[in-house]
Amino acid sequence: MASSIPASVPADAATIPAPTVGFYSHRRRSAWLAYAGIGFVLVLVLVAVSAPWIAPQDPLRQTLRGRLAPPTLEGADGRAHLLGTDQLGRDVLSRVIYGSRVSLMVGFSAVTIGGLLGSALGLLSGFAGRRVDAVVMTVADAQLAFPFILLAIGIIAVLGPSFPTLVVVIGLSGWVSYARILRAQVLSLRSREFVEAVHALGGSTLRIIAQHVLPNVLSTIVVIATLELARSIVLEATLSFLGLGIQPPTPSWGGMIQEGREYLDSAWWISTCPGIVLMLTSIVVSRTGDWLRDVLDPTLRGE
Amino acid sequence: MRGPGPFSMRGLFPFLGQRLFRALISLWLVSTVVFIVMRLSGDPVPLLLSPDAPISEMIRVRHDLGLDQPVPVQYAIFLGNVLRGDFGRSIHFREPAFTVVRGYLAATLELGITSFLLAAVVAIPIGLLSAMKRNSLVDHAAMGVALVGQAAPTFFLGILFILLLALKADLFPTSGRGDWRHLVLPALTLGAFTMASIARLTRSAVLEVLRADYIRTARAKGVAETWVVAKHTLKNAAIPIVTITGLQFGTLLGGAVVTETVFAWPGIGRLAVQSIYNRDYPVVQCTVFFAAVMFIVINVCLDVIYGLLDPRIRTS
Repeated sequence: MASSIPASVPADAATIPAPTVGFYSHRRRSAWLAYAGIGFVLVLVLVAVSAPWIAPQDPLRQTLRGRLAPPTLEGADGRAHLLGTDQLGRDVLSRVIYGSRVSLMVGFSAVTIGGLLGSALGLLSGFAGRRVDAVVMTVADAQLAFPFILLAIGIIAVLGPSFPTLVVVIGLSGWVSYARILRAQVLSLRSREFVEAVHALGGSTLRIIAQHVLPNVLSTIVVIATLELARSIVLEATLSFLGLGIQPPTPSWGGMIQEGREYLDSAWWISTCPGIVLMLTSIVVSRTGDWLRDVLDPTLRGE
Repeated sequence: MRGPGPFSMRGLFPFLGQRLFRALISLWLVSTVVFIVMRLSGDPVPLLLSPDAPISEMIRVRHDLGLDQPVPVQYAIFLGNVLRGDFGRSIHFREPAFTVVRGYLAATLELGITSFLLAAVVAIPIGLLSAMKRNSLVDHAAMGVALVGQAAPTFFLGILFILLLALKADLFPTSGRGDWRHLVLPALTLGAFTMASIARLTRSAVLEVLRADYIRTARAKGVAETWVVAKHTLKNAAIPIVTITGLQFGTLLGGAVVTETVFAWPGIGRLAVQSIYNRDYPVVQCTVFFAAVMFIVINVCLDVIYGLLDPRIRTS
């Protein structure tokens, strides 16, 4: 579940390497793929927002007579269940549609928290001098040394599972990647002539950050945020699977996979349908991050 | 100016001293966070006693556990005990937490090492093959699978393996620990991410080396392709591969929590989850501490290996 973001970038990260043969065509292909990936996310957002109108049924409505029905056009209640029904006779398709709301809300909120905190600490670490830098980076190291899922489980078990807890915990789990990469970029930008020139002309640190550093690191932040979105969605599903995320009966993908586990042998669709949607989302979003990286920030390519 | 050559000791000790110092600070921070979180989690005493236990009994148990001390005192005692490897007695198992965790450690190590070896043994040849046959069908297929393996949620991979390979194909048992057949699915699940990462990294490391001038020279001299790969490429691609491989071993510890829960594997990951539900502080502290120590030790070892193989690292 760790992200594939490189832990550090080379010291001369800001210098763009000479384009290799086929570089531009590769970049154009990545651009199209990135558009497609963003399109996928937009469709998902649209599905989540319009869930009440597009879901064929109420995701909470139980039909005990029609329990564990396989995918069918006409179930025991006379309705179509394109992805079957679960152990309480609820429509799996409708629950998958509603489940996207939890995934996206937690995902986007957590990315916002992690991104703001991580960017702030990364900038601070890069600008504020050695002592602050050492403290921030030591905390980052300690967090990376920690199997974070254990800490998340611990905190949620203490505070009780709720939407805000989930968002804060997942958000906190992600700040390190922003902070480390931003710090590296700030350190390399700081020694560049144009930043030194602004400094020599009397520009304040805040001005340097706002006018010169932020525009230069924005694309990096977008790339990391996309990769973090995929990771946050998977972490939310994992916690819901362990019973520590969004509580039933609110449908969430992780929770549905957990509920269907007992019926895997007789009713595979309960777990498998949300699982495949989750997997697809995770793969497409994280690939979109990679493609965006190719387009926006070729120097970040870790491999 | 020439730096120290490979395997020279110059500059190694200051470098290691600094790494070790940071590792110790990491450990202290980890244990502090563990202490805070566990103390926030409420009073375990009512869980220990029957609901109708007298107040005096509760006070006695609280005193035995040191819970009646002020929090800073509890913290100081906790740190002192951690230094001595004493994590207190498990509330649930009623024996020293260290003993409990040690009892579950073997299962986790068995699973972790198996999945790690499986991942390395499968992934390195695949990455090599992919790089040699760049842009072939084999390359695209292997890297496609690797991308899926890297992005797929571990717990759902486990569920898919159970559904397809245990329930439908009936090849392996669905859960528990026993003979080697019990080990296959959990090891595959836990190793999937590692396998994918190592395969992708091996491919790019080998590609990087294949572009180097000395490889072109070797080819120009008419050296056989297999020899080029065996002698020049693998040797030079080894450093990044060793590094990422070692780092991946650390992430396996986190993945073990989920994998062990899915497959009811009796290791420390599952123990930690259950102990959190039981509010068994000492066991949770001990498990988390074990995991963090293992991760840090692996990282320091890697720094040593890396520093020995590539002296440039020490001066940076």
